[in-house]
Amino acid sequence: MKAVFTRPESLTDKPFHFCPGCHHGVIHRLVAEAIDHYGVREKTIGAASVGCSVFLYDYFDIDVVESPHGRAPAVATGIKRANPDRFVLLYQGDGDLAAIGTAEIIHAANRGENLTVVFVNNTVYGMTGGQMAPTTLLGQPTTTSPYGREFGQDGYPIKMTEMLAQLEGVGYAARVAVDTPARLAKARKAVFQAFETQVEEKGMGFVEILATCPTNWGLPPLEAVKRVETEMIPYFPLGVYKERKGKDFL
Amino acid sequence: MAKTFEKGNVAIAKAAVAAGCKYYFGYPITPQSDIPEYLSGVLPSVGGQFVQAESEVASINMLLGAGATGKRAMTSSSSPGISLKQEGISYMAGSEVPGVIVNVQRSGPGLGGIAPSQGDYFQATRGGGHGDYRIFVLAPSSVQEMYDLTVLAFDLADQYRMPAMVLADAMLGMMKEPLDEWVPEPKAFDKGDWALGGASGRPGRRVKSLFLGDGELAEHNWRLAEKYREIREKAVRVDVQVPDGCELAVVAFGSAARIAKSAVDRANDEGRRVGLIRPITLWPFPTAEIREVAERGVPLLAVELNTGQMVEDVRLSSEGRSPVTFAGWPPGYLPSPDDVYGEIARRLAGGEKVA
Ligand SMILES: Cc1ncc(C[n+]2csc(CCOP(=O)(O)OP(=O)(O)O)c2C)c(N)n1
Ligand code: SF4
Ligand SMILES: [Mg+2]
Repeated sequence: MKAVFTRPESLTDKPFHFCPGCHHGVIHRLVAEAIDHYGVREKTIGAASVGCSVFLYDYFDIDVVESPHGRAPAVATGIKRANPDRFVLLYQGDGDLAAIGTAEIIHAANRGENLTVVFVNNTVYGMTGGQMAPTTLLGQPTTTSPYGREFGQDGYPIKMTEMLAQLEGVGYAARVAVDTPARLAKARKAVFQAFETQVEEKGMGFVEILATCPTNWGLPPLEAVKRVETEMIPYFPLGVYKERKGKDFL
Repeated sequence: MAKTFEKGNVAIAKAAVAAGCKYYFGYPITPQSDIPEYLSGVLPSVGGQFVQAESEVASINMLLGAGATGKRAMTSSSSPGISLKQEGISYMAGSEVPGVIVNVQRSGPGLGGIAPSQGDYFQATRGGGHGDYRIFVLAPSSVQEMYDLTVLAFDLADQYRMPAMVLADAMLGMMKEPLDEWVPEPKAFDKGDWALGGASGRPGRRVKSLFLGDGELAEHNWRLAEKYREIREKAVRVDVQVPDGCELAVVAFGSAARIAKSAVDRANDEGRRVGLIRPITLWPFPTAEIREVAERGVPLLAVELNTGQMVEDVRLSSEGRSPVTFAGWPPGYLPSPDDVYGEIARRLAGGEKVA
């Protein structure tokens, strides 16, 4: 019998602790498939971030160092510079990457560090109970924007992929979603591309994945998945924003 | 074994290379910029990497990353930059990652100034970051010691899997002295059972400080405490020159100890009996060695380039066995040997109330 649904080799058999309908689990699978596909499990060092994905090391059978909140791109820089032949993987949330760690991600990108960054944008601080993130949409209520995010008070949701795509050091930058099978297939391709960018030493491979947080959005899982299409994608357009063909740095 | 005439900062940079450090991460700040300037020229030629980071926050986290893979690495800065590194230092201590941090102290609080100071004693020895941890703090007082103690810092960091700080200051960093650039024997530290390098032929491993399991964190903290206890027992370094019959002993470290030494010599030349205790490790602090002097009834005078920090450790070490007084100069005025001699003379004349 042909197995149609098997566990990627680089995932452990530990059941995910994520809430029902949370996209972190799906995204973990995509990343694990990429690790398997490129055969890099035995040379991967992950830099975990602080957020609901902090337990990365429980699910991936790879070496992992835990970074302070937002600092994973700096930690990863240290790893990669001292071990250029290793594969270095980052997995960061939107609070982690787009708020407290803005300086670290921009400068790691700008230095053209050969790193693969999986950026999970769920428009909230999931782990700490659903506070407003820099990516929270206008009008979206959170525990620290109870009347909905208002631009006069909180500014606009930040578009990291567009910003990073401007930087010469970024080899690949894309925004994807995993809310439908068709988009999931594109997301897989993008994650693979972000891996390939590092393998080919073309600078930073960056993929932003729009994700659900049903718990902190106060929505049942199915409605949360719908919100990705109705509210998130219109503001955060999907697509490949940068794809370097060769090592054509300026 | 090259004999040169070198600036303190450059001695630190050269010692790092001699100790096999190939990776440096830093951000410019006076008065330590000679260190990154030197290493940016040299590290590429020894197959290493120099990264000028976007901030001290980033530099210390780069050190965490490189250290987690078992590679010898270093960062350096001066006081305001060291404040920014505290988060990362706490993570390194918690996840037991070795690494060397150099603080060429300037003056604070705030932007303060660039004059030499010992105002970061508390920050260094008490742990400026969060949580119950300690780091090695080594206090050179000559250009040669800038070199020697930097080499030692790498060994201690590797041996005990924790950060080690070299605590110098603007005076030591900027001055030139003869330097013996000895080449240390490469020591082998087995990092095979913890360093990250990819899970080749083994399950993935973690370098982490998050422990949420029942009782796990308490156990982790007790294990760290046991390591710190062992260090207090084995790794104290101090220069004690307190012959029998001393009427007073000065306690001073780093550049304050240099100035105090001239004052102590003058007092002895004039027929008085004054000793000098120079802590070389500020953590672990030479508690037992100072208590031994206090038990002999010798009054202690702590001399510092601040308004009174190490003196607290001197008092704790003395435990009331002999009187402890303090003389200090905050940044902006560097005391001369005569200034310190004046303080010694006042105490010998019985003119200073015991604190
Ligand atoms: C220095 C510091 N500040 C704040 C926190 C608390 N904190 C933990 S996770 C987090 C936000 C995580 O949000 P995000 O990165 O979006 O990840 P998610 O949980 O949504 O996947 C915050 C603020 C921390 N751990 N460290
Ligand atoms: S809180 Fe949100 S992000 Fe975290 S596991 Fe639950 S659904 Fe996922
Ligand atoms: Mg989030």
